[in-house]
Amino acid sequence: MATVTATAPDTRTFSGTAWSWITTVDHKRIAVLYLVTSLAFFMLGGLEALLMRLQLATPEADVVSAERFTELFTMHGTTMVFLALMPLSAAFFNLLVPLMIGARDVAFPRLNALSYWIYLFGGIFMNISFVAGGAPNAGWFGYAPLTDTAFEATHAIDFWAFGLQILGVSSILASINFIVTIINMRAPGMTLNRMPMFVWMSMITAFLIIFAFPAITIGLVLLLFDRYIETSFFIPEGGGDPVLWQHLFWVFGHPEVYILILPAMGIVSEILPTYSRKPLFGYAVVAYSGAAIALVGFGVWTHHMFTVGLGPIADTAFAISTMAIAVPTGVKIFNWIATLYGGSISLKSPMLFAVGMVSMFIIGGLSGVMLGSPPIDAQVQDTYFVVAHLHYVLFGGTVFGLFGGIYHWFPKFTGRFMHDGWGKVHWLLMLIGFNLTFLPQHMLGIDGMPRRVHTYAADMGFDLWNMMSTVGSLMIGFSFLIFIINALRSIRHGEPSGSDPWDGGTLEWTIPSPPPVYNFAHIPIVDSRYPAWDLKRGGGHTGAVATAPEADAEADEPDIHMPNPSYWPIVMAAGMVLAACGLIFHQAFILLGAVLFAISLLGWIEEPAG
Amino acid sequence: MTAEAHGHHEEHHSSTGLDNRKLGMWAFLGSETMFFGSLILVMLINKHNTLGGPGQEVLDLVLTSFTTFVLLTSSLAMVLSLAAFRNGSLLWGRIWLGMVMLMGLIFLGGQVYEFTEFVTHKDLTPSTNLFGASFYTLVGFHGAHVAIGVLWLGTVLAYSWRGRFQPGMDMWGIELVGLYWHFVDLVWVAIFTLIYLI
Ligand code: HEM
Ligand SMILES: [Cu+2]
Repeated sequence: MATVTATAPDTRTFSGTAWSWITTVDHKRIAVLYLVTSLAFFMLGGLEALLMRLQLATPEADVVSAERFTELFTMHGTTMVFLALMPLSAAFFNLLVPLMIGARDVAFPRLNALSYWIYLFGGIFMNISFVAGGAPNAGWFGYAPLTDTAFEATHAIDFWAFGLQILGVSSILASINFIVTIINMRAPGMTLNRMPMFVWMSMITAFLIIFAFPAITIGLVLLLFDRYIETSFFIPEGGGDPVLWQHLFWVFGHPEVYILILPAMGIVSEILPTYSRKPLFGYAVVAYSGAAIALVGFGVWTHHMFTVGLGPIADTAFAISTMAIAVPTGVKIFNWIATLYGGSISLKSPMLFAVGMVSMFIIGGLSGVMLGSPPIDAQVQDTYFVVAHLHYVLFGGTVFGLFGGIYHWFPKFTGRFMHDGWGKVHWLLMLIGFNLTFLPQHMLGIDGMPRRVHTYAADMGFDLWNMMSTVGSLMIGFSFLIFIINALRSIRHGEPSGSDPWDGGTLEWTIPSPPPVYNFAHIPIVDSRYPAWDLKRGGGHTGAVATAPEADAEADEPDIHMPNPSYWPIVMAAGMVLAACGLIFHQAFILLGAVLFAISLLGWIEEPAG
Repeated sequence: MTAEAHGHHEEHHSSTGLDNRKLGMWAFLGSETMFFGSLILVMLINKHNTLGGPGQEVLDLVLTSFTTFVLLTSSLAMVLSLAAFRNGSLLWGRIWLGMVMLMGLIFLGGQVYEFTEFVTHKDLTPSTNLFGASFYTLVGFHGAHVAIGVLWLGTVLAYSWRGRFQPGMDMWGIELVGLYWHFVDLVWVAIFTLIYLI
């Protein structure tokens, strides 16, 4: 057996263990960091949501003040999008991409660690605002001129804007890393058209991120200039245009919603074939429709601005492109259903979540197409109907998909099953709770209840729907607790799973659970889309995953060279976030941050990358 | 398939044959294209948004044509530097690299002069009007990219005395900064054409 030559810290002591996590550059451990952190933020965002639901359960309630409520919906949205779901997807990229393409790590392991630490510090930075004079309060899309100093003189908006910039850096760096990893580090024989669908969707997501984020980066830069050096990009009195902010935000914002859904689509595209024991139906179509979604996704942004008054021509054009984007989306759904058709289906908890994802996402897609029609949108824009739509796609779609992924790959990374019975309870409660929460919000929206209001009068006909919604949200919260307890228990006491509990078809199921540091003792050679199935069933073209002759030679060679741990990523991330603190608290931090950054940059360059 | 096994990290094995770092640089520059694209759009939107104050007429075409010429020439020097290093001529490699830095500094000097001139004599500051705000933002961000480029070139130059880029060694360190430099140059061509010329 091969040995590994990375100099690992001593993990027998607590400080040694902590140090090993702080300095890790192993994609699997970074994935765990992402997973744990994003679930913690998911819980925080969930608590914010529950507070809002308690406030809205009954008319004219006074659970939280109107000011607090504004902060809650802003931070709920921002947290869920940027601190919970994107990083949870990133956890999957980290866990799976190298394993699925037969690589030993990502292309730039230290950069990968840097992305994580920037994310962690950026998330903490943004949430410090709650105890430092007020949290962001202009909504997750921060419409101008609400974000102007004239309306928000405290640092609330600065926390939001700097925080998003920081998180943007993290996302862009991570995406560059995964683009290079996927394009350049595939095992021999793993052509683009043999990559697992999850890898396809990861790659498309990464491209979306590097091309979409700059728009919001610029928007935020201009906003910060408006706030700090008295420009007036978004201020009408100075000749500026608040609508420019909307354009910049949504040019980013619509691709962003696909950034949030594509990884979940990738996960579902792995789970459905596995539990139907059948290859994904129409592989190429699913892959290319993902690419089509990404492309068209850059040309639909003003469907968020139908009521701004851009004129009938713009509205018509963007209505058409919006309807058009539903086509590749629908294509995927038909392919998933066709994958199930005639399969020998096993309804384990991951499969239930995947099926839940597909069906809930259909409902969200349907309300999306309704909203894509300007006359309908004019009626329900800024009402609870939109809230219902976005939760059917983001919760019904993304959250269900990602949870399915956790159940599915948990055994790979712990060597143990999560309890399937409790998994099913989680699923059922979440499904019922979710629909109870968000189905009534369609009615609320059609009845005219605006979103983002702190309360409502008793005689509006909103009471029943709101109460149902609150009850549902408590069910969701409860189901999440079941999940957490199940996960924590299963890490230690779950039933041992062996290396391939689900009869998986992709490469990660050919190696032990949990995988060794170097993933593959021999780099596999791939000649089909489901190499692990070929290996087990002797099918495929030539029996696949044959070992490369060169790789055999490798076995005589004792060393597999793995990158060394490094503490520069965390130092560099700290430097960046400290500098941002400097722009809010005290300028001394800027200096400190810059010094840390410079030192870590030098250290980074000088350090033998391993 | 053996490259990894030998742990030789200068020449990574890769599916496409492209070096990882170069591919990463391309992805980064793709992202930068959107970054500058957005900035240029904002500038174009606000080009005539002067509120009756100073506008496009303050731009000094003569000076900027000169610095533009210098910056474009620096790209040539960058190419020559890489070629010299590749041919094993450390001396000429260093000289050309120094020339690139020098020309970058001249360009920056021109920009600093331009900015102070606008602020002190033309009454154009970022808060005067949106022409000014967009101009300083766009040109300032580009200038910052040039400045970072000069620092980076300096680092590369320094490393040529620390045992890197010797004859026969790989040159990715120079290639990367070269890619970046050409990109920053290209962006300037767009800015100069769209903002100064038309
Ligand atoms: C069938 C495809 C889809 C169509 C036609 C569609 C259409 C729309 C439209 C027209 C709006 C604007 C509503 C308004 O503000 O008046 C909207 C909002 C939204 N959509 Fe979709 N959508 C689709 C899929 C998705 C997906 C896949 C996601 C994310 C996973 C998503 C997330 C959102 C979000 C977050 C908002 C609300 C943004 C906000 O105002 O805060 N949509 N959608
Ligand atoms: Cu959209």
